[in-house]
Amino acid sequence: MSILEVKDLTKSFGSTKVLKGISFSLEEGKVLSIIGSSGSGKTTLLRCINGLETATAGKITVNEKVVFDSNITDKKELKALKHNQQNIGLVFQQFNLFPQYTALSNVTLAMKLAAKKRPDYKHNKKAILEEIDATAKKFLDKVGLSDKLNNYPCELSGGQQQRVSIARALAMNPQILFFDEPTSALDPELTGEILKTIRQLAEDNMTMVIVTHEMNFAKDVSDEVIFMDDGVIAEHGTPEEVLVNPKNPRTRAFLNTYEK
Amino acid sequence: MFLTVTKALLEGFGTTVELFLLTLVFALPLGLIVSFGSMSKIKPIKWLVRTFVWIIRGTPLMLQLIIVFYVPGFIGMWAREQETTNMFIQFLASWKVMDRFVAALVAFAINYACYFSEIYRGGIESISKGQYEACSVLGMSKPQAFFHVVLLQVIKRIIPPMSNEIITLVKDTSLARMISVYEVIWSGEAFIKSEGLLWPLFYTGAFFLVGCGILTIIFNRIEKKLSYFSV
Repeated sequence: MSILEVKDLTKSFGSTKVLKGISFSLEEGKVLSIIGSSGSGKTTLLRCINGLETATAGKITVNEKVVFDSNITDKKELKALKHNQQNIGLVFQQFNLFPQYTALSNVTLAMKLAAKKRPDYKHNKKAILEEIDATAKKFLDKVGLSDKLNNYPCELSGGQQQRVSIARALAMNPQILFFDEPTSALDPELTGEILKTIRQLAEDNMTMVIVTHEMNFAKDVSDEVIFMDDGVIAEHGTPEEVLVNPKNPRTRAFLNTYEK
Repeated sequence: MFLTVTKALLEGFGTTVELFLLTLVFALPLGLIVSFGSMSKIKPIKWLVRTFVWIIRGTPLMLQLIIVFYVPGFIGMWAREQETTNMFIQFLASWKVMDRFVAALVAFAINYACYFSEIYRGGIESISKGQYEACSVLGMSKPQAFFHVVLLQVIKRIIPPMSNEIITLVKDTSLARMISVYEVIWSGEAFIKSEGLLWPLFYTGAFFLVGCGILTIIFNRIEKKLSYFSV
């Protein structure tokens, strides 16, 4: 069963067409890497799926729930679609942690705000908050940061900050987790710890979509690879097909720049 | 004599402090509302608010004080001369000359709200879009993002320019003397006329120095308190 379906997605900024008709689907539990040069539209694609940008046309379905459909114009319906978007997590290139909160509070904040709407919040406030703290600690432990719960982002290394942001995304219990170049803002010696964390998630059968420039990592961890070029999917297949034996000359040219 | 002067000046300084504190109470939140207006996506609101800020920042506070103090009285006077049953003009006819202190407070609050609004705007616009985006993908609403995530970062950013502006306000309160609000400089000046003494006027400077000194200490404390995170 495919958990993510993108159909004929286009996006223009003014007269610039960034996405020129993207269609693909992803099975549950699989890892998809999206590669391509800067300006090829990878990040825009991710942002459209996550609702940070509104696509110009097309349809996006997550777990058989529509999260975007350009044919729907009714405002109420659109609002309902936004709600479905919460099944998607996103890890940013620049982490975007909340600087005034500790690692633990970064993970719990959204959950605690959402919990206020629960009907039993007033009665069980203490129990609910404790449960949220426990959940957050579980995920921070998973990314290997159980000793940094009370540290502020400015006291953590870039790699640790990115791991907090992964824990923060995981705590929302997403059905798909997206990564937007998760290691691009990190020193080379710190990328390893992030890649290790993502690898662990892959072993747990987390469905993931990763925009990355780490070719070896993509080859290693992915079940599928998409090569994007100038707003279209130029090649889509297994890592073997796309990264080792590319058919499209543009893919070959792109990969050549990495081997040098 | 020194004690008599000190006592008289303290009384005047009481008015100064009162005007200062009340101006802050009104101007700080009003400034935030004005800054939202000047960042509004609705173009007419944005331009109306920005034009208003331009007028307030582009004309002397002294002139604004005089206008706020006299104009309502003039309008009332004019309205009372009209022989009409127009409800609105009859309402205007009830306008009297404003209380001096209230007029000063209104002028100061509006003037400082406009200056504060630009500081708020700078602070709000300096917060990276990524903070809002992170909130959005975590399912927070826009108000939640602003009040729980962005606001404290904005406060940290604007403390230095705000302390500057607020310290300026302490000294600007002396302009209220223009419309005969009996603040500290007025009290000092009174001794020239009554006793032929000049030094009480110089002495008023000490009151301002102490007031601004206390504010500086308070702002340093706040800055220190917010130093546990970096934005």
